[in-house]
Amino acid sequence: MAYNQYILVCGGTACMSSKADDIYSNILDELDRVGAKQDVQVVKTGCFGFCEKGPIVKVLPDEAFYVEVKPEDAKELVAEHVVKGRPVQRLLYHDEDSKENAKIDDISFYQKQVRVVLRNCGFIDPENIEEYIARDGYAALEKVLTEMSGDDVIAELEKSGLRGRGGAGFPTHKKWLFTKQVEDEQKYVVCNADEGDPGAYMDRSVLEGDPHNVLEAMAIAGYTVGATQGYIYIRAEYPLAIRRLQKAIEDATELGLLGTNILGTDFSFGIEIRLGAGAFVCGEETALLASIEGERGMPRPRPPFPAVKGLWDKPTVINNVETWANIPVIITRGGDWFSKIGNGPSKGTKVFALTGKIRNSGLVEVPMGTPLRDIVYNIGGGIPDGKAFKAVQTGGPSGGVITADYIDVPIDFEHLQELGSIMGSGGMIVMDEDDCMLDVAKFYLEFTVEESCGKCAPCRVGGRKLHTILDDISKGKGKPEHLDQIAEIGLAMQRASLCGLGQTAPNPVLSVIRYFREEIEAHITEQHCPAGVCKDLVQYFILPDKCIGCTLCARRCPVNVISGERKQVHEIDQSGCIKCGECFEACKFGAVVRR
Amino acid sequence: MAKMTLEELRKLRESKRQTMDMRSPDNKTADIIVSMGTSGIAAGAKDTLKAFVEELEAQGLTNVAVRQVGGMGLEHAEPTVEVRVPDMPRVIYGTVDPKVARTIVHRHIMGKELVNEHIFDRPAADIVEDGKRGE
Repeated sequence: MAYNQYILVCGGTACMSSKADDIYSNILDELDRVGAKQDVQVVKTGCFGFCEKGPIVKVLPDEAFYVEVKPEDAKELVAEHVVKGRPVQRLLYHDEDSKENAKIDDISFYQKQVRVVLRNCGFIDPENIEEYIARDGYAALEKVLTEMSGDDVIAELEKSGLRGRGGAGFPTHKKWLFTKQVEDEQKYVVCNADEGDPGAYMDRSVLEGDPHNVLEAMAIAGYTVGATQGYIYIRAEYPLAIRRLQKAIEDATELGLLGTNILGTDFSFGIEIRLGAGAFVCGEETALLASIEGERGMPRPRPPFPAVKGLWDKPTVINNVETWANIPVIITRGGDWFSKIGNGPSKGTKVFALTGKIRNSGLVEVPMGTPLRDIVYNIGGGIPDGKAFKAVQTGGPSGGVITADYIDVPIDFEHLQELGSIMGSGGMIVMDEDDCMLDVAKFYLEFTVEESCGKCAPCRVGGRKLHTILDDISKGKGKPEHLDQIAEIGLAMQRASLCGLGQTAPNPVLSVIRYFREEIEAHITEQHCPAGVCKDLVQYFILPDKCIGCTLCARRCPVNVISGERKQVHEIDQSGCIKCGECFEACKFGAVVRR
Repeated sequence: MAKMTLEELRKLRESKRQTMDMRSPDNKTADIIVSMGTSGIAAGAKDTLKAFVEELEAQGLTNVAVRQVGGMGLEHAEPTVEVRVPDMPRVIYGTVDPKVARTIVHRHIMGKELVNEHIFDRPAADIVEDGKRGE
């Protein structure tokens, strides 16, 4: 017995609450009625994303994607699609933006994701070079070595419009051109895999899932600019990525795709791994180069830029993992193909690590210019537990927040900068109504204060000072003049810090003040934390008229400060309360309140 | 293998591509592909992989290949597993613990039916294969 059709009904929480269960059983009943139960299997699935347009029903192998299905639609779905083989047009998903008609055999019509960087992740065994080769692997290197000059490669990159994915978005072809133009017998190629933003792990995923992609790209750069040696600087906290890279380098060298006389040509290029000890500042390119040289990881003033005077004072092309991962496919498919993806001057895709208060956390790769709404609600599946979306933090400790008002703004380099945030490496942390923005800003400052290398004063002193102010505000010791002081210190840090770490460290707090000024002011003027997060500003009380004396809160309290007899009203001794919120979570009668 | 020339690389790509297209390396009739990135492993993908291998052995199923790949990006549903059986749609299963792994062997591989509650959507179309189709 084998089925020839499969009807998948989304069983995610959002779809279930809009009667996905009824849809499921109605379809089963209908199939039974028309006698197709033996041929069609109905399956309840995990969350499909797209919760905004749920409930979702998908029919395989036809790839028909139905949205906003109601239980009463089951009859038509079975009668039309299953029996007559005609998809129910009115329920098929249609992309509003492109007005594209749903092509049944093409799943990409409803897919918001386009996977260029992650094209092989989840498809190939990363430890098997032959599987990479089978999926066009090393075809770009082959093409470059046989058909293209260095200038051709740079021209192709220029056509593609590829910009650095490490954060700042500098055009990649320019970087390569600068290095190419310098006359020197020794040049270097470096891969920055020192991924350090809290919550970002796209580089790790690429290196673990598709390591040869990066090796091939680096060899292409070596050929283009005239370098023979490459280094991958990766943090020691990524043992699996390191192991797979090591294996990939060995395999590629054995097959003659790296090493001397690659593929029988006179081009030679070797790659070595250098491990970082986890200092965030070593993600800054000049500090990274210093670390490879064996020096302490501290930035140095630019110019001269590494493209001209980099590793051991030699011209050095340094790019981030995600940038590298785009290169081979640009060469094989062409710059024109790549430049058709994206928005305005931001070409291609961007991988985001979607985390925080989001149903479907994970890695998401979307064309540049995709609105945040699509990422949060269609791919991410929205906010769990019916909470309200508050903001998304992008760019980690160098970025800022995007609020609900800007949820339809296209996400690309230009628009993020306008909003006072940055692309950064692509961490995307979703926050809901329970998150305090002051707390978020404080968290990032704690991080940058900790990670500041201490070389220049604006970063070393300014960061510490900003953190002290935020700490005071969070403890109810804020003063009205604090907001101006933050702006002043922030400006000084942005202008005078030596490297990107210090220049961008004030961004999270400045962005929070820009979009959530009222919330911060409430901390200062009313000593009140609207989200109830800042411990020194909240107190927990038990409402006497609601408490039934079930003793649950008293049993949960880790410090035993809740007193009261069984079936009597309980009370919290404020002097010993550590404000952990356990009683608030535990109470089933809404008797514990937070003020 | 020794160092390759351009010609040998092309030949290897073509032959390997054909075996991958047939989806039956070494005459296997089904593939179980376990996502083994850091997040998958942290969520228990090694136990899942072990459960698959043991259950296939227990059932005497020698024609099923168990392979590893990197992360698919569905971190919320790790461990994730793709199952390919001829004449059935390729599907991705999420939250596959050893128990679900054994269920997949019995229901999907042996019974030729999909397993409830664990199927997730493929996150994106495959641009490498699409490119081939377009050419």
